[in-house]
Amino acid sequence: MGWSASCINPFPASSHLLVAINMSKHLKSSQIPLRKQKRAWLGNEKARCVLAYYGLQKPPYELDALEPYMSRKTLEMHWGKHHRGYLEGLNKQLAKSDVLYGYTMEELVKVTYNSGNPFPEFNNAAQVWNHDFFWESMQPGGGNEPILGLLQQIEMDFGSFTNFKEKFIEAALSLLGSGWVWLVLKRNEKRLEVVKTSNAISPLLWDDIPIISLDMWEHAYYLDYKNEKGKYVDVFMNHLVSWNMAMLRMARAQSFVNLAEPKIPVA
Amino acid sequence: MALRTLVTRKSLKGGLGLGFSRLRGVHTVSLPDLPYDYGALEPVISGEIMELHHKKHHQTYVTNYNNALQQLDAAMAKGDTPTVVKLQSPIKFNGGGHINHSIFWKNLAPVCEGGGEPPKHSLGWAIDLHFGSLEALTQKMNAEGAALQGSGWVWLGLDKEFKRLVVETTANQDPLVTKGPSLVPLLGIDVWEHAYYLQYKNVKPDYLKNIWKVMNWKYASEVYEKECP
Repeated sequence: MGWSASCINPFPASSHLLVAINMSKHLKSSQIPLRKQKRAWLGNEKARCVLAYYGLQKPPYELDALEPYMSRKTLEMHWGKHHRGYLEGLNKQLAKSDVLYGYTMEELVKVTYNSGNPFPEFNNAAQVWNHDFFWESMQPGGGNEPILGLLQQIEMDFGSFTNFKEKFIEAALSLLGSGWVWLVLKRNEKRLEVVKTSNAISPLLWDDIPIISLDMWEHAYYLDYKNEKGKYVDVFMNHLVSWNMAMLRMARAQSFVNLAEPKIPVA
Repeated sequence: MALRTLVTRKSLKGGLGLGFSRLRGVHTVSLPDLPYDYGALEPVISGEIMELHHKKHHQTYVTNYNNALQQLDAAMAKGDTPTVVKLQSPIKFNGGGHINHSIFWKNLAPVCEGGGEPPKHSLGWAIDLHFGSLEALTQKMNAEGAALQGSGWVWLGLDKEFKRLVVETTANQDPLVTKGPSLVPLLGIDVWEHAYYLQYKNVKPDYLKNIWKVMNWKYASEVYEKECP
């Protein structure tokens, strides 16, 4: 395989929260010599303002590692411009907010969604999370089939791996507009399902655990495949999807969802 | 055209035998021709984009709408209510896509045919009245277009009831009428990524700024004057 597990982050993506202390807002003049500034700082303890911002996570492979299925050009645009754009937009919005401080990206997505009445920060936060998750859902030399427990779970919930693949592809092609397709582990039903969402929505919002995602926004495939969505989805399933990552996420999910619990119908 | 009449006549014959249920034929739609060459809007919109947009995207909406319509007809004849309801979504999406793009091609014109020339007469005055100036209108539409998340359209519409110009956005392929039954589209700008990605990449604001250079205000004026004589 030539792809070691050690270089991937098995835990759900969350762009790292960084903190910087911004003093300049409350100092009267930036021309004050350094020593005087220090004294002013010590005197104006309450005047400090803390700025929190998020950093951009790189995909766990080089930008040309997914060639020829996803070109370097696409990754440069998709990660370097779109994903980075969402992140920088988010940081700008958070600079003005006092309330949305100190969350992990996953928590921030849920909080800004505000149960269906989203704040303006939601779109940026959700898209940052979605793209982090997406990069990690792919790997060079991906595709094929999952093995062991995950394959068993798929066969149990979909009948066969082929059936799951058909369902996933059908969901991707029948998605109207921009959105994402997910393989999720449903927390309450304790089973895997294929789900499609619009724009920036993700299954996090109804507390399910995503296992794999596919970006169906046009910017994800237009440079490589133009309008041929079908080809893009096939290529993803056959050559890009990272079942290794899916298995790691499944393993982590099982500490939250007891799949071995017998499904006893309630009388 | 002839094909369409054939379909209607066939179903008429059947209808007269079975009662009135099959009197109506299925009026399928077809891809309208572009009133200019694919490359005529260069350098504002590349020929590659125009060709893909018209020949592939719009054609797909037409094909899928016709299919959905045939299926709807069959489901209605059988009284298959769940299928009838299920088909509303692809009909709205693909039908909307056909309507919107048909308007869009007429909204654009090459510079040599008057594209980009500002509106005059009644539409020009109405714009100045409602928005202050043409620049204010374009700025407003550009801002709304840039802020639109996902796929959709930005519209300059006329509210027939109140005789007022409005700027609206719609999601996906929803036609303007979904935002208000008395709204008539004068100008629409497609802000789906397929409309600009190959040329402008992620810089949607540049696409929005440039598209005014090929905007066909003559068509918008015609529609306006028809509704507000």
